[in-house]
Amino acid sequence: MISPFFIQFDGEVKTVIHYIGKRLLQLIPVLLGMTFVVFMIIRAIPGDPAQVILGQLASKEAIEALRLKLGLDNPWYVQYFDYLAALLKGDLGESMRTVQPVSKEIWPYLAATFELALFAIIIAVIIGVNAGIISAWFQNSWFDYAAMIIALIGVSMPIFWLGLMEQWFFGIELQWFPTSGREEVRNPVSAVTNLYVIDTILNGRFDQLGQVLKHLVLPGIALATIPMAIIARMTRSSMLEVMRADYVRTARAKGQKMFWVVYKHALKNAIIPVLTVIGLQTGMLLGGAILTETIFSWPGIGRYIYEAIQFRDYPVIQSGILIVAFIFVMINLIVDILYGLIDPRIKYD
Amino acid sequence: MTQMVPNSTNEIMVKKDTSTGPWLDAWRSFRKNKVALVGAGIVLFFLLLAILGPFIAPQGINDQSLKDRLLPPSSQYWFGTDDFGRDIFSRIIHGARISLWVGFSSVIGSVVVGSILGIIAGYYGKWIDTIISRIFDIMLAFPSILLAIAVVSVLGPSLQNALIAIAIINIPNFGRLIRSKVLSIKEEEYITSAKAIGMKDLRILFSHILPNSMAPVIVAGTLAIASAIIEAAALGFLGLGAQAPAPEWGKMLADARVVLRNAPWAMIFPGIAIMLTVLGFNLMGDGLRDALDPRMKN
Repeated sequence: MISPFFIQFDGEVKTVIHYIGKRLLQLIPVLLGMTFVVFMIIRAIPGDPAQVILGQLASKEAIEALRLKLGLDNPWYVQYFDYLAALLKGDLGESMRTVQPVSKEIWPYLAATFELALFAIIIAVIIGVNAGIISAWFQNSWFDYAAMIIALIGVSMPIFWLGLMEQWFFGIELQWFPTSGREEVRNPVSAVTNLYVIDTILNGRFDQLGQVLKHLVLPGIALATIPMAIIARMTRSSMLEVMRADYVRTARAKGQKMFWVVYKHALKNAIIPVLTVIGLQTGMLLGGAILTETIFSWPGIGRYIYEAIQFRDYPVIQSGILIVAFIFVMINLIVDILYGLIDPRIKYD
Repeated sequence: MTQMVPNSTNEIMVKKDTSTGPWLDAWRSFRKNKVALVGAGIVLFFLLLAILGPFIAPQGINDQSLKDRLLPPSSQYWFGTDDFGRDIFSRIIHGARISLWVGFSSVIGSVVVGSILGIIAGYYGKWIDTIISRIFDIMLAFPSILLAIAVVSVLGPSLQNALIAIAIINIPNFGRLIRSKVLSIKEEEYITSAKAIGMKDLRILFSHILPNSMAPVIVAGTLAIASAIIEAAALGFLGLGAQAPAPEWGKMLADARVVLRNAPWAMIFPGIAIMLTVLGFNLMGDGLRDALDPRMKN
């Protein structure tokens, strides 16, 4: 129960390392449980999973071959340990649709989601934090009311509806932005890292960079809306608390301009809860990605899973869900550890 | 002396008039919160729509008029018509029943199962607590919509299975909430006294611990209905929830996608219905939290 703030002065980095080690150990049963849940997706299908996967018209031979391939004839615990052993070797199974190893074909999809999520969180932070600050600064003004009403509507809005509205208004009616995909089909980006913004820069194709950014706008804003609303509300309440503090009044009394008081003194102290919310929202974006990517035909992990569901491609459904859940857990772990490092009032135990 | 008696009686009378139980106190506080009342009004409006739907909808759910396909909003069709010439206004009214049914019943399911598991974990502790808490941790390790998709991909796409999936994904939230409440309540003196006079565990759990844990559950439950409605619509939108021709709002949005270019109204109105309902529950939930959670009080 030693604060990290204290640790920095005492040089007792041990406590932090001990805490991280403990959290990693606690993660083992969670990760095992996750693999078990994902493993059960096929096994819990009512009836004969092989029959359900292949459909009513499948031949007996095909069903038998699939049963053999999935190891469905073995006892469940044997199947689970085989599955775990394969996972440890990096084998995520094989897509039934493309007959490609999932571990190989998943990367471009992951990169696409990463790029979209990063873009969304940047928008959410810039707009959300500033809207929250201005709302707190001019508390009870028309801006404050308008921003908070918009934020309230933002958290109540289904992300897929917002996506469709954007597609219709900005894509179809105004034709400002493309409504689907990551790139111009006739002018494809040659992938290096699969993060197209970086790839176009690496390739020196700045004409393509503009196109790639244009494709990012609509899905990025749709995905950013809910985190933006939550960040704005959190920043506002956190700033309101800090703005009443003595040191803010002192800074004002000493004649410092309000802009610097707000952005330099108050924000520095109000940002801690905001940062934690930003961290948590980054994890939540992964869930939202599946809907946004479906609407905008964004070739990310969400769309990969969605298409797998349409084709009953269970190995892809399993591995896609497992990978996203794994990233989600890791982000939560990092946020948890950073909590204490950022905020000296939070203690590790 | 004679004057003091009526005075003291008056004092007692006054005290009796203003004395309030925690629930009445909460109601008074809730009543003063205008934003929360707006939320409750919206919820009540949609509840009435759901109950009276068949009597007030101008047309049936599946009444088709192919010559009236994709008509814009007009005096005949307030919200326009869809690809099959069905009245969108009538379908939204009927859809309120589905969304509220999924919202309420899935949350009731999660509250019941979550409460039982949370009480067992919190009250008995030790290895039972460890097992239940780890199961909650594992469930919370998945983004909720993804876990719902996993459940539905096992059970098969249908409204009922979407409801079950949503109920399952919310269990750990209520379980953890109840567990933490139980952990603090079980150390209270009145529980120690109840044990000392030989009261049985089950009776302590159901007559003392459960009623005292209810306030945060009501708040969380109201907010969970809002997210359950969005989750059901999301599953419907992905084709994993309600199936055609059910007038479920998420499914209506999925159908509207195909005709987005020609008939944006088919997408606009179901979306507004979802947003308003969710907004209503969110405002009401926030108001209930302020009224029921003593830590939020000034």
